[in-house]
Amino acid sequence: MEHVITTFRQLYYACKEKNKTIYEVALDYEVSKGEYSEYNVRLQAAKSLNAMKEAIKIGLNSTEPSPSGMSGDDCDKLQKRFKDSGAVLGKTAQKIMTYALATSEQNLRMGIIAACPTAGSCGIVPAVLIAYAEDNNISENDQINALITAGEVGRIVSVKMALAGAVGGCQAECGVASAMATAALTQMRGGSIKQIINAAALALKNVLGLTCDPVCGLVEIPCVKRNPFLAIHAVTASELAMAGIISKIPADEVVDAMEQTGKLMSPLLKESSQGGLAKTKTAIALEKNILK
Amino acid sequence: MRQSSIIDIISPVMAGPSSSHTAGAVRLGLLARNVYNAKPDKITFKLYNSYALTGKGHGTDKGLLAGILGFSVDDVRIKNVFDTPEAKQINYGFEYYEDFNRHPNAVDFVFEGGLNMTISGDSIGAGEIVLTKINKFSVNLDGKYNTLLLVYEDMPGVISSVTGIIQKDNVNIASLHCDRSGKGRDASMCICLDGELSKHCLAEVSELKHMYIVRYIKKLES
Repeated sequence: MEHVITTFRQLYYACKEKNKTIYEVALDYEVSKGEYSEYNVRLQAAKSLNAMKEAIKIGLNSTEPSPSGMSGDDCDKLQKRFKDSGAVLGKTAQKIMTYALATSEQNLRMGIIAACPTAGSCGIVPAVLIAYAEDNNISENDQINALITAGEVGRIVSVKMALAGAVGGCQAECGVASAMATAALTQMRGGSIKQIINAAALALKNVLGLTCDPVCGLVEIPCVKRNPFLAIHAVTASELAMAGIISKIPADEVVDAMEQTGKLMSPLLKESSQGGLAKTKTAIALEKNILK
Repeated sequence: MRQSSIIDIISPVMAGPSSSHTAGAVRLGLLARNVYNAKPDKITFKLYNSYALTGKGHGTDKGLLAGILGFSVDDVRIKNVFDTPEAKQINYGFEYYEDFNRHPNAVDFVFEGGLNMTISGDSIGAGEIVLTKINKFSVNLDGKYNTLLLVYEDMPGVISSVTGIIQKDNVNIASLHCDRSGKGRDASMCICLDGELSKHCLAEVSELKHMYIVRYIKKLES
């Protein structure tokens, strides 16, 4: 049995001690638990990666409205805008935003997606990972390695905190997805172990307190648009970390703060749709129209 | 306690829109279906707290029913499950409750028919689920292991008889959870296994004296 890895500190020292990458240590650890072989984990990662690519492909070409009729054509609008007018940020950033919207719109259509870590946050990791991989000729194998790196970051957070809006608010869903995405990105860019963990810490730190207050109780407002926002957020975290900027609060302590924040957050703001955006005047009017 | 694996974090591949409220609901339904293991006359789904408040919007009702019908989490039929021929063949209803003593995403499956059974479960995040109660017994069933579930009369030697039979199959026990309604009364045993039990072994357990319910519940596909 390998040493138990339940914290980022343990992960860092395991990597240093064995002179291995995060995904190698993560795979060793999964295998040591005796439930999965390395082949199983890589196969599941490949299955998720394929589902992510498929959801992007379908989502980019769909304007089918969600069952509520509140959303479904934002990705189309964004693609048209970029085609006509370009964007402030470069080509990869455009792709990241459109892929994130494409995936999260597919999700609200009850289409098939890969939850990563959850369905509400399913656009963030694939958008960052796949857009960067396409534009930089990252091999399929290295994409899987990046996804496993992301998975390890999510797994370590999940040791202390359930990744559910109802338990920890959106910080535990889109927030953690952003930390996972930045880890995947920093891995693909050749970042060091320290830089990958720092990127995750920086991303998490910046989402503390993010509530889950979906309008009409649907995974639509603000969830769909939050995906492209937090995908770009992941890129920022990677840039900072690659520049050697350190999170002064270590990753594990940020997770502690996140867990505590989740507990302190009112149940009204944790996926119950009884506060925040969900109880605005407009939301209540929408509720009357849609859920009648 | 069991930790999540990387696979839990980067999957499942599923019908949207919510891992806890849609995929988790399907998996709770699938597991409850395997525990009940018969065709009921009627099923009532009791949804609690966030499951009750936002369940409809997340397709929780569709997910629970799809699971009971045996659909997997990535089945494209979930979206329109109420219109499927399978759904039209069963009698079901939904009830909604607030009870802050229960988990935010909790459900009771109330099966009525030849066998009446109430199964309670929680969707604990990222599509992970746990069945917590079967009738009056507390259990701990997460669908990640092949599990032997027994209800029997509480008396000395039952646990060792059962584990002795399992040992003959050379299958390792991952966890064992027991509960009882009182000394010498009904008791339950929930045994999570690392391998497969043979038919012979199951038959032998069923033949033990004072066994009321014997269920072998296969682990759910991730």
